[in-house]
Amino acid sequence: MNSKDLIVWLIPFFPLLGAILWGVFGKYFKNYSGYLGSIFIVISFILSTVIFFTVAYGHGFTSTLYPWIDASYFKVNISTTVDRLSVIMLVMVTGISSLVHIYSIGYMKDDKGFARYFSYLNLFVFSMIMLIMANNFLLLYVFWEAVGFCSYILIGFWYEKKSASNAGKKAFIVNRIGDFGFALGVMLIFVNMGTLSYSSVFSGIHLLPPYLITTIALLLFAGAIGKSAQFPLHVWLPDAMEGPTPVSALIHAATMVTAGVYLIARCHIIFSYSPDASNVVLIIGGTTAFIAAFIAMTQFDIKRIIAYSTISQLGYMFMAVGIGSYAAGIFHLVSHAIFKGLLFLTAGSVMHGMSGELDLRKMGGLYSKMKKTAITFIVGGLALSGIPPFSGFFSKDAILASLFNKGDYFFWIIGELVAFMTAFYIFRLIFNVFFGESHVDKNLHVHESPDVMTIPLIILACFAAVFGFIGLPPFDHSIFYNFINKDFANSFNFSPAVNNYPWYLLSTVSVIAGISGIYTAYVFYIKKSFNLEMLKKRFKTIYALSFNKLYIDEIYDFAIVKPMKNFSVFLWRVVDSFVIDGAVNGIAQWISVTSSKVRKVQNGMLMSYVFTLTVGVIALLAYYFVR
Amino acid sequence: MNVNVNDYLAVASIIFCIGALGVLIRKNLITIFLSLELMFNAANLGFVAVSEYLNLMSGDIFVIFIMVVAAAEAAILLGIAIAFYREKGTINIDKANELKM
Repeated sequence: MNSKDLIVWLIPFFPLLGAILWGVFGKYFKNYSGYLGSIFIVISFILSTVIFFTVAYGHGFTSTLYPWIDASYFKVNISTTVDRLSVIMLVMVTGISSLVHIYSIGYMKDDKGFARYFSYLNLFVFSMIMLIMANNFLLLYVFWEAVGFCSYILIGFWYEKKSASNAGKKAFIVNRIGDFGFALGVMLIFVNMGTLSYSSVFSGIHLLPPYLITTIALLLFAGAIGKSAQFPLHVWLPDAMEGPTPVSALIHAATMVTAGVYLIARCHIIFSYSPDASNVVLIIGGTTAFIAAFIAMTQFDIKRIIAYSTISQLGYMFMAVGIGSYAAGIFHLVSHAIFKGLLFLTAGSVMHGMSGELDLRKMGGLYSKMKKTAITFIVGGLALSGIPPFSGFFSKDAILASLFNKGDYFFWIIGELVAFMTAFYIFRLIFNVFFGESHVDKNLHVHESPDVMTIPLIILACFAAVFGFIGLPPFDHSIFYNFINKDFANSFNFSPAVNNYPWYLLSTVSVIAGISGIYTAYVFYIKKSFNLEMLKKRFKTIYALSFNKLYIDEIYDFAIVKPMKNFSVFLWRVVDSFVIDGAVNGIAQWISVTSSKVRKVQNGMLMSYVFTLTVGVIALLAYYFVR
Repeated sequence: MNVNVNDYLAVASIIFCIGALGVLIRKNLITIFLSLELMFNAANLGFVAVSEYLNLMSGDIFVIFIMVVAAAEAAILLGIAIAFYREKGTINIDKANELKM
């Protein structure tokens, strides 16, 4: 094992060590679990950066730890693939994890599950790192499930709260639906290719018949829909906000939910050979981006607004990978991870200062009381709205420009509409929380969060402000594109550019969309030029649709949950208590009745035993003679 | 008078039946033991008779064994009878009615 391999394997080692230490010996470490846990992740981050530069100035490589399964032709190794795609994800994941860990020390202070929290969080980081570095589908699947499990235990972290444990279960079950498809996809790959390692699968996939490639791609995408909370399996993500806010920032905004996009970028060869599957990805992405933004516009819970925003932005990424602009998708993934992580952490900071209040109607005028939080929040909001020079502008524009130039005008229009709605809902939130008159409870002492929380915010805000410059338009001449596209260059270009409009024309449109969204929010919530109640009444149906999240939860409840429940009640009342219990109890009763008759033979009288014995002998003899 | 093997066996059967009846109808434990001994000895008589008839030694050897075992058994049975008497204050077999669940 040379030094490169050693470094690669030390990256997941530290979080795993942390998870075990805080999990098993948590009560001895107490608060040190937070500090040491953060240090472990920072070490992983530094090692990831080392690997990043090794790959950037050299070549990608694979590193095998040991053969895991070796059963005739079914061979799976515990091994990693380190290429440009995975090092970018590695640096992003470990970097944001480090900041979230440090932030959590302040946020989770005095929580009685402090060590448990850091154990889970370390375990998540380990699983996520392994998911990114896996170099075969089985390992990918194992850690795909592992991050889902970590998400489940962290959403239900405050398990005494019924809503939190329910949200955890919902996330787990909804994810299971997608993962079922993913598992089938992996099996289909193995059945048809006889191997699960990335390199052999990707080099041989074009030999399969097209319908098979499409099936595999769609099954893998089913997993991505579940994990990345795309329509129609997006319902778990808003509920997942029951977990601690740093968890929402790390898992449900920056890392785990982007695993779906990563999966498609990783399997871009499979998807590029199946334009049909890619079209499905594009359509699902566009639909999700639109409906999530539509719902986000009327919600009142600040974490839920940001959660819907995450779903909507993930929709953008899926549009990008669906049209074959993998580099743009990954670029938006990374920049979104930064600014959305920032938004969640600042929302957590607001919550911390407001003693857990989440309803934006009970806030207002917080700017003067928590300046650091407010400014970093606004930076995140500007980045999300796609206002230059913040990172969201460059990454969102890279996607929109490729949609337009590849001739997909319909989804380009959707994208611009979503950009408008995005700017509106995030500034609706900002204006309601930080500006305007205060609706804060008079007894509440609003305070700025401690430095351990604000410093990560400031670091993230700086990144959100400057990160975009590595993707300076025109995107396909930028640093980021040149770096990552070497990994995507070998895919089949199924959707070539048909237009070549200069980037500044397209960017102008998106900037106008963003600014008009902000202006609309300003007019509505600061100037109050319109009577909002009147508007609500005028557009009652649309408002109700958006406010009630398109009734999707209710539809699922009616179409799936209720019938399942009724069916289960049927199974319980009829099949279980009648048929199964009836059979079991019936047999027992029959035996009991029969034996009560037979039992009379055993009356305890010695003489009757002797008599029976004698009669028996005589009977046997009689039989013998008569025969 | 010529006594053949059937006569011996008839006597043995009669004695056996008397013993069996005694076991079945008497209530006194000691009497039951005596009846049991009758049954043993009826069987012995049968063995000896057939052994003589077939000109074999094995039946005689069996009888010796049975007598030894019966003697040992008589000791045990008397022990049981005494223990039973101590427990119940009687040796009436009808009091031995606890051999059930």
